[in-house]
Amino acid sequence: MDETTIRSTVLRVLGEVAPEVELGTVDPAEDLRDQLDLDSMDILNLAIGLFQATGVEVPERDYARIVTVDGCVAYLAAALAST
Amino acid sequence: MAEFRMPSLGADMDAGTLVAWHLAVGDHVTRGDIVAEVDTDKSVIDVETFATGTVEAILVSEGQRVPVGTPLAIIREDAEVPQKDVVAPHEGPAAPHEGAAATREGAVPAHEAGPAVRDAAGAPVPGPDSRAGRRPVSPLARRHARSLGVDLADVTGTGPDGVVTTADVERFAAARGTAERGPAERGPAERATAEPGGAEPVAAGQVAPARAPLSGAERQSALRRAVAASMARSKREIPHYYLATDVDASRAVRWLDDRNRVLPVTQRVLPAALLLKATALALRETPDLNGFWEDGAFRAAEHVHLGVAVALRGGGLVAPAIHDADLLPLDDLMTRLRDLVGRARAGGLRSSEMSDPTITVTSLGDQGVDLVMPVIYPPQVAIVGIGRIRERPWAVDGMLGVRPIVTLTLAADHRVTDGHRGAQFLTALDRLLQDPEAL
Repeated sequence: MDETTIRSTVLRVLGEVAPEVELGTVDPAEDLRDQLDLDSMDILNLAIGLFQATGVEVPERDYARIVTVDGCVAYLAAALAST
Repeated sequence: MAEFRMPSLGADMDAGTLVAWHLAVGDHVTRGDIVAEVDTDKSVIDVETFATGTVEAILVSEGQRVPVGTPLAIIREDAEVPQKDVVAPHEGPAAPHEGAAATREGAVPAHEAGPAVRDAAGAPVPGPDSRAGRRPVSPLARRHARSLGVDLADVTGTGPDGVVTTADVERFAAARGTAERGPAERGPAERATAEPGGAEPVAAGQVAPARAPLSGAERQSALRRAVAASMARSKREIPHYYLATDVDASRAVRWLDDRNRVLPVTQRVLPAALLLKATALALRETPDLNGFWEDGAFRAAEHVHLGVAVALRGGGLVAPAIHDADLLPLDDLMTRLRDLVGRARAGGLRSSEMSDPTITVTSLGDQGVDLVMPVIYPPQVAIVGIGRIRERPWAVDGMLGVRPIVTLTLAADHRVTDGHRGAQFLTALDRLLQDPEAL
């Protein structure tokens, strides 16, 4: 999975977690919790969605690394490269 | 004979718009089936039936707005003897609801509530589960009728053996569009019938209500008004008392961490679920916090249906219920919580979830606040607040350590309980959280 595919996967999952969000306006570097008002339930749903889309499990201790779109992409790219 | 009425989906609801029917005359329904979608202005709710039986008449058509309590359909319950006289559909709501008479601009007055179903009213159906009295309608025509907001009972069938065809539905909709409907309601039907070219102009299940759906901004302001009315009533009528206690959450947090580390991501449990379970169990010990203040007296609830305050990202909040939260295993409670939050935000809450919470829990820990002083949802008599779990200096046996601490609050109705009982609840909650494996 190349980075472009990973990024579009992340945005699709984010759209499922927060359907009311305009994905085009999301700043990929900004914390989604501040930017989109995501809460702990949303972050869990994001982790579940990413797992279902890519097979990568994000442990709870790594949640801080997936709270931005860029962070999600980097995390998944690293995890997929090491498998 | 059961009248299926416009339900009260929360104490602040006066009227609702019947957005879509999921039944037709002659259908057999079972208690708990989702039979209609109702727009409360706050949100669109899937409404369940309390009766099991055969639909004998539909009294209110899609798109109509009627007060709470207005009969929407007649369901002949199983094993009931067929009756000759069906309740007149032109009566107003039988159960007067506080403020229900207020008819807003564009609302449909109760006396105009829905066309009478001509053939169903007089023709008794032989057996409890028989389809003999059902009008023959092709499935495509049925879908088509739904999409055009046409009540099939009003349509004359011209097909073989009087079968109602798609063409009949379109003819009826076209005639209605020019003859019966007001200009504001004419839009969808005319638009749809003006373009009969396609094989199936409207996708299955799609609904074109006669009343235009609320825009996001209108819904937002309706939701704000509903919250305002409910909270103002609470502060005006309910003498609140407030209690708070700091609870050492280290056992609960460690237990959850250990558990979530070994389980797949789909089975992880959030602290909120643990706190909800503990709350539900503590309420068993203090049942007079779990129930309703009605007509000047307290009525204890038979079950623990925990209302969960869910903030909607556009603003406003809803507090649908997790039923029998005290009986649910923790995993199931977590699954229900995820499902409930998702549906609260995306739509698809059910009528029973909206109408029957027995107490509410509000968790603002994600927002970074330590202490919540919540306001009770009438007619409930208590609400529990959960703050942020944060590390604090904590003294035990003369030793100072750093522990994860959560501040739990209770706001309760002083007409029903006193601080002593409230304190017993918070103490029970603390005790239960010290033994997370048992939750």
